[in-house]
Amino acid sequence: MTETPAQTPIVTFENVTKSFGRTKAVDGVSLAIPRNAFFALLGPSGCGKTTLLRMLGGFEHPTSGRVLIDGEDMADVPPNRRQVNMVFQSYAVFPHMTVAENVAYGLKVTSVPRAEIGPRVEEAIAMVRLDGMAARKPDQLSGGQRQRVALARALVKRPKLLLLDEPLSALDKKLREEMQLELVRLQTEVGITFIIVTHDQEEALGMASDIAVMKEGRILQIAPPRQLYEHPTRRFVAEFIGASNSFECEVLGIEGGMARVRAPLLGELKVERAAADVRAGTLIVRPEKMRMDFSSPDPDPGEVLVRAVIDQIAYFGDLSIVYLTAEDGRRLQCSRYNVNRIDKGDPPPGTPCTIGIHPEDLLLVGD
Amino acid sequence: MESWRAQPAVFWAFVLPGALWLLLFFIAPLALIWLLAFGERVGPVEIDITWTLANYAGVFDPVYIGLFGRSLWVATVATVLTLVIGLPVALAISFAPARLKPLILLLIILPFWTNILIRTYAMIAVLRSRGFVNFGLEYIWQLGTAVLAPFGLDEAVMGARFVPLELLYNNTAVIFGIVYVYLPFMVLPLYATLDRLDRSLLEASLDLGAGQVRTFFSIIVPLARPGIVSGIILVFIPALGTFLISDLLGGTDSLLIGNVIERQFKAANNWPLGAAMSFVLLYVTFAILAIRAWVAGREGGLGKA
Repeated sequence: MTETPAQTPIVTFENVTKSFGRTKAVDGVSLAIPRNAFFALLGPSGCGKTTLLRMLGGFEHPTSGRVLIDGEDMADVPPNRRQVNMVFQSYAVFPHMTVAENVAYGLKVTSVPRAEIGPRVEEAIAMVRLDGMAARKPDQLSGGQRQRVALARALVKRPKLLLLDEPLSALDKKLREEMQLELVRLQTEVGITFIIVTHDQEEALGMASDIAVMKEGRILQIAPPRQLYEHPTRRFVAEFIGASNSFECEVLGIEGGMARVRAPLLGELKVERAAADVRAGTLIVRPEKMRMDFSSPDPDPGEVLVRAVIDQIAYFGDLSIVYLTAEDGRRLQCSRYNVNRIDKGDPPPGTPCTIGIHPEDLLLVGD
Repeated sequence: MESWRAQPAVFWAFVLPGALWLLLFFIAPLALIWLLAFGERVGPVEIDITWTLANYAGVFDPVYIGLFGRSLWVATVATVLTLVIGLPVALAISFAPARLKPLILLLIILPFWTNILIRTYAMIAVLRSRGFVNFGLEYIWQLGTAVLAPFGLDEAVMGARFVPLELLYNNTAVIFGIVYVYLPFMVLPLYATLDRLDRSLLEASLDLGAGQVRTFFSIIVPLARPGIVSGIILVFIPALGTFLISDLLGGTDSLLIGNVIERQFKAANNWPLGAAMSFVLLYVTFAILAIRAWVAGREGGLGKA
């Protein structure tokens, strides 16, 4: 990510640490979030992503380090004085107020002129497509609608930052996909920086412009979705984002961006290094980038071949994931798109096959 | 609800002991009192049930109406005070660290371990002219006098001698006593409601720009309503019928309806009048509860419309 001087980041974390008793929820995080980004904090539960988000909201304070929003140190700014709004995981829609009252609340408590409140509330309700529901109470709304209320309530404040804490986790799959598109649409429409916390990699890949992958209070990698998936720098990132097959390997020599490695099954080959500081580590390859062949080996030029036996096949309709055991007992997985409706179907478990891997699909990542 | 219909034997086995107990020791005595209210005294202890309405008519004597009025007033003031004191206490407990909560709740309930009579006598020891409050005030007076004496200001500012405050034997003492005795009945239902309150609602309010005070009145108080209503009922009803507290802490002008009823049954030996008064008090209480239910029903109905 390049940063022009005119475009200062909207959020800066400077070496931020947050301890709860003896555990460090956030451990020396430095992070700059560009303006108008749809930024995702992604990681397993307990990785500190929610703590980072709550620091922006003003609900947690760093044990050490600084949090800046729009260049301003937030240390002494309470939540109600920040131009930041949050969509809570539980939505936290006020149950004793109607939809319109919920949305108007944030305007009424601040010095927004009375005449301005009505039109702005209406606009916000229309923006999240809740027209006609303004007079309803939250207990008459579905989960998805309640979330829209929470969104409207936050957006009507026209904040510099919108924080979303696992916004889709309580919705069913169909609604989740709909809401993903909706959130992206809203973000482009209002031009506010969105920061979303999620443990769902598909959610992050599908929505975010940039993703920070976190583990145990630290940030492992920050990158746009495609780069994160195709160029993970660490084995954890590769395995957390999507599936991957790993081969431990011995690095024989470094040649610029490439490395000469020796790996079991694959032999000696030249592969790309994920980052300049990766001098040892693991080879990874994505399941969809491996070619499966059940007939006689017919290699593409330059392809490395691995012999394996099918263990199990998981059929998902659009694709099947084939779990295999390689010659040396290593477990691999390989995905195949079911592109033809009329097909013989997947071969039964126990079928021997050959896997073809192009060296350019292999990546040397740090452990 | 369907499950006990499938197992009526289990249902009755659980319900019967309590039902019998209530029937025997609550419904039956209440029915007797109800009958007595329609009775006439024919001897020192003999009462004939003649279905006369004279006792009820007697209740509406201006003197008794005045007492009813004062009882309502004292109970209302005491209940409001209990709420004003109890709400912050309950809120503080619900925000206390988890390991401190049982301890604080224990402290709230602790007075229950002592008999109400002893607690009320303890209040006398605190409030009387030679009581702890006045001892404390006298000590402050002495300190003040000692400090001001070198400047010759002691008599001008502090007075020639300490005059103890008259804290006991008036309506204020009665209200004070009711607040002290019934505070736990307010704090506990409030705490139960506030403890269940989703904390993210409070964070959301702050997040949307409201200050702590605004959050308290716009979010906490409305959402604590069920607890507030329970607390008010639990304090107001016994406060309306109290006779012990007003008897011990009140003066000649703080007689409450509870005291009058007690006297009809004891000193005055006019059980029919006492019974009629009891039932008028009961009807007033029912009326208050009915109004509350009606208001709650109307609001609930609006919410669902």
